[in-house]
Amino acid sequence: MDKSEKTEVVLLACGSFNPITNMHLRLFELAKDYLNGTGKYRVIKGIISPVGDAYKKKGLIPAHHRIIMAELATKSSNWVEVDTWESLQKEWTETVKVLRHHQEKLEAGNCDQRQNSPVVERSGRKRKCLEERQDSSQKKSLEPKTKGVPEVKLLCGADLLESFGVPNLWKSEDITRIVADYGLICVTRDGSDAQKFIYESDVLWKHQSNIHLVNEWIHNDISSTKIRRALRRGQSIRYLVPDLVQEYIEKHDLYSSESEDRNVGVVLAPLQRNTAEAKS
Amino acid sequence: MKSRIPVVLLACGSFNPITYMHLRLFEVARDHLHQTGMYQVTQGIISPVNDDYGKKDLVASQHRVAMARLALQTSDWIRVDPWESEQPQWMETVKVLRHHHSQLLRSPPPMEGSDPGQEPSAPTAAPQLKLLCGADILRTFQTPNLWEDAHIQEIVEKFGLVCVSRVGHDPKGYILDSPILRRYQHNIHLAREPVQNEISATYVRRALSQGQSVKYLLPDPVIAYIRDQGLYTKDSSWQTS
Repeated sequence: MDKSEKTEVVLLACGSFNPITNMHLRLFELAKDYLNGTGKYRVIKGIISPVGDAYKKKGLIPAHHRIIMAELATKSSNWVEVDTWESLQKEWTETVKVLRHHQEKLEAGNCDQRQNSPVVERSGRKRKCLEERQDSSQKKSLEPKTKGVPEVKLLCGADLLESFGVPNLWKSEDITRIVADYGLICVTRDGSDAQKFIYESDVLWKHQSNIHLVNEWIHNDISSTKIRRALRRGQSIRYLVPDLVQEYIEKHDLYSSESEDRNVGVVLAPLQRNTAEAKS
Repeated sequence: MKSRIPVVLLACGSFNPITYMHLRLFEVARDHLHQTGMYQVTQGIISPVNDDYGKKDLVASQHRVAMARLALQTSDWIRVDPWESEQPQWMETVKVLRHHHSQLLRSPPPMEGSDPGQEPSAPTAAPQLKLLCGADILRTFQTPNLWEDAHIQEIVEKFGLVCVSRVGHDPKGYILDSPILRRYQHNIHLAREPVQNEISATYVRRALSQGQSVKYLLPDPVIAYIRDQGLYTKDSSWQTS
């Protein structure tokens, strides 16, 4: 297949990254190999988007530390980077909005690129391009995306997929938009559970062609929760997180019983927002 | 105050290639022994097996030693020792233990982690050398003809074992199933790896031969070495195991 016929993809991973671990980083590698291997896609970038402090998750330490750790972790990567837009928003931002933000950014970048292309009739193309972009965001993406623009897809583990089922954690409209307009790459150890979950959801079933399940053969259970627990117990986290991250955590003594008590008793932002809206 | 017994951990294996999981064994074992309050782990030794071992797809020991060395560049307590791999033929694990133990008695290693503020303790006890392994090795003690009973006994009686448990293996069960192991179970330390991270070298080799990424499964310098040396490619005689 001609290189130009492949769909370019940007993988976006949202999450706490509290802290980032080797497992998070593996998700990107596995997803990229998988998508590139289909012959239909070409993964050009990975974006790590740590959640803002307003998420109010228990044990969530300040975003600037989590950002720095993610940046240290991706220093050695030539395609995965960290984006701070989500973490800088004052209020917690739904995942679909983060996807939309990054997709629009790509489309704007694409317009500029095409405008600068010597072959193109400049002003006409750019105007058309911007109009298309405005239309698409107003019509809630019923139109196909501007041709040639990379597609942003949400990268996640099976836990995120299954969290779609937690009451009030996600707006059902958001789930629909995520799978319909963007797409999901879900890296999972147990594909059958994920498949069952998709089967049991009408929305996910309808858009299953846009949900890619990638098998993780390695039993890799490096959860941030376990990392934090190990740190509280004075146990080594070496080789579970990149060395630079481990050193940073140690230097700043980031995780303790105190830090784990942050946001105790506080309702998680999405639950707060979705329950309030349901009542109104 | 009773001073801790210094311990050196020795891990034997193919290390074909070395991965973060191998390195984790040392960290988990050290934490476990320290937690008992009885031991002070001063050193870790990785001893890649001799080429003569004949395991399928084993790349030349010079490479396996070089990769381990690269992986350990940033470790201040674990090192690789090529002695076993440089012998004219394969040798039993117990012989490797004997060799390193006599080396230790000859020149005791510096005490890692000793606090200069503390009173000098009584003359330091001779370091104990313990075999570090995954719990699956305990299970292989049951495989007929793989180990000599006398060797198993010597390993657990004279040296000691630190086993890091993996998913699907019940180390206590293996111990109770074997009279020799049962007798010396006080010298068999079962460490639990709290964070499962089953990076099999077989998987890594397969991924490499298929051109897939192994980043974050093993250190970057090792990956670069593998690439530069053309190891584990599709052309290497690799077959489905």
